[in-house]
Amino acid sequence: MKFRLEPEVRPVVTSALALSGAVGVFALAFGVLAVGAGANVWQACALSFFTFTGASQLSAMTVIGTGGSVGGALGGALLLAGRNGVYGLALSPYFNESLGKRLLAAHFVIDETTAMMTAQTNPRLQKIAFWTTAIALFSLWNLGTLLGAVLGSAIDPHTFGLDVGFTAAYVAMLFPHLKTINGRFAAAGGALISVVLAPFVPIGLPILASGLAIFVGLRPATSSAKTEVVQ
Amino acid sequence: MNMSWALVIWLSIGAYAFKMLGFVVVGSRKLPDVLSRCLMLIPAALLAALVFNSSFTDGQSYAIDERAIGLGVAIIAAWRKLPLIVVVILGAATTAVLRAL
Repeated sequence: MKFRLEPEVRPVVTSALALSGAVGVFALAFGVLAVGAGANVWQACALSFFTFTGASQLSAMTVIGTGGSVGGALGGALLLAGRNGVYGLALSPYFNESLGKRLLAAHFVIDETTAMMTAQTNPRLQKIAFWTTAIALFSLWNLGTLLGAVLGSAIDPHTFGLDVGFTAAYVAMLFPHLKTINGRFAAAGGALISVVLAPFVPIGLPILASGLAIFVGLRPATSSAKTEVVQ
Repeated sequence: MNMSWALVIWLSIGAYAFKMLGFVVVGSRKLPDVLSRCLMLIPAALLAALVFNSSFTDGQSYAIDERAIGLGVAIIAAWRKLPLIVVVILGAATTAVLRAL
């Protein structure tokens, strides 16, 4: 099969595929971690297919894995999902298609598609960037989750330190947010709230309550704090 | 374990609702700057909370154990800009080795 891409489209597709490959490996980790925290293979796969937003999926599994309730797990995970609403706001001016197509596209509004799309300058490339990233990343995210979940079912989570595997994933995801002053304040505030409240409220609630730290954003933005999209 | 299909279903509905809210419902209307600035800080606040809460608590009490060392290794790895999967493996492996000792 011969498949040729125009020169200006090629780099967009190449970087979308590279990004999706990396995310696919992370999905493998999510699959392993999710079954380690108590999900079965189908639940892990359903989360990746229908929820399809990594940080929320991980957060829910952490709370469940540490003995929290469904409500406790939902709180923090939904708050994390809230940022996709902000991405949606940023992307929606680029989409003037039918409602049906917008409703479908909405499922793929996440960190990576937002970053890829907003990195392009002309409308046609923006659309190519969005859909290439969406399709490649969704496929690999789900494939990775399935493989990871099957693999993870074979090992003991505590022995292999999978709980800290979760924590390590959060650390890596947190670092890009520490580039701005407000990001650092929010992180410090969130960390403090989550630890101080721990003995007094049900498991999972400290994570939700840490969301109060976002009000450091009421401070005026520092020059570097404008339009941060996670890479 | 409290894992259930209810969690999967509610989280999926909620996550899609948020995506759609910004993308389809609010559309190109503009949110006040201060509001979007606050909302963009959600990951910083919650990810930091997840890191510290899951490293230094055990249920509802405080605990300092192998996890703290695993966390330290993960922080160094992330700070050195190693890929996410390497950070995950180093954090988990450090903890696993310490637990095996």
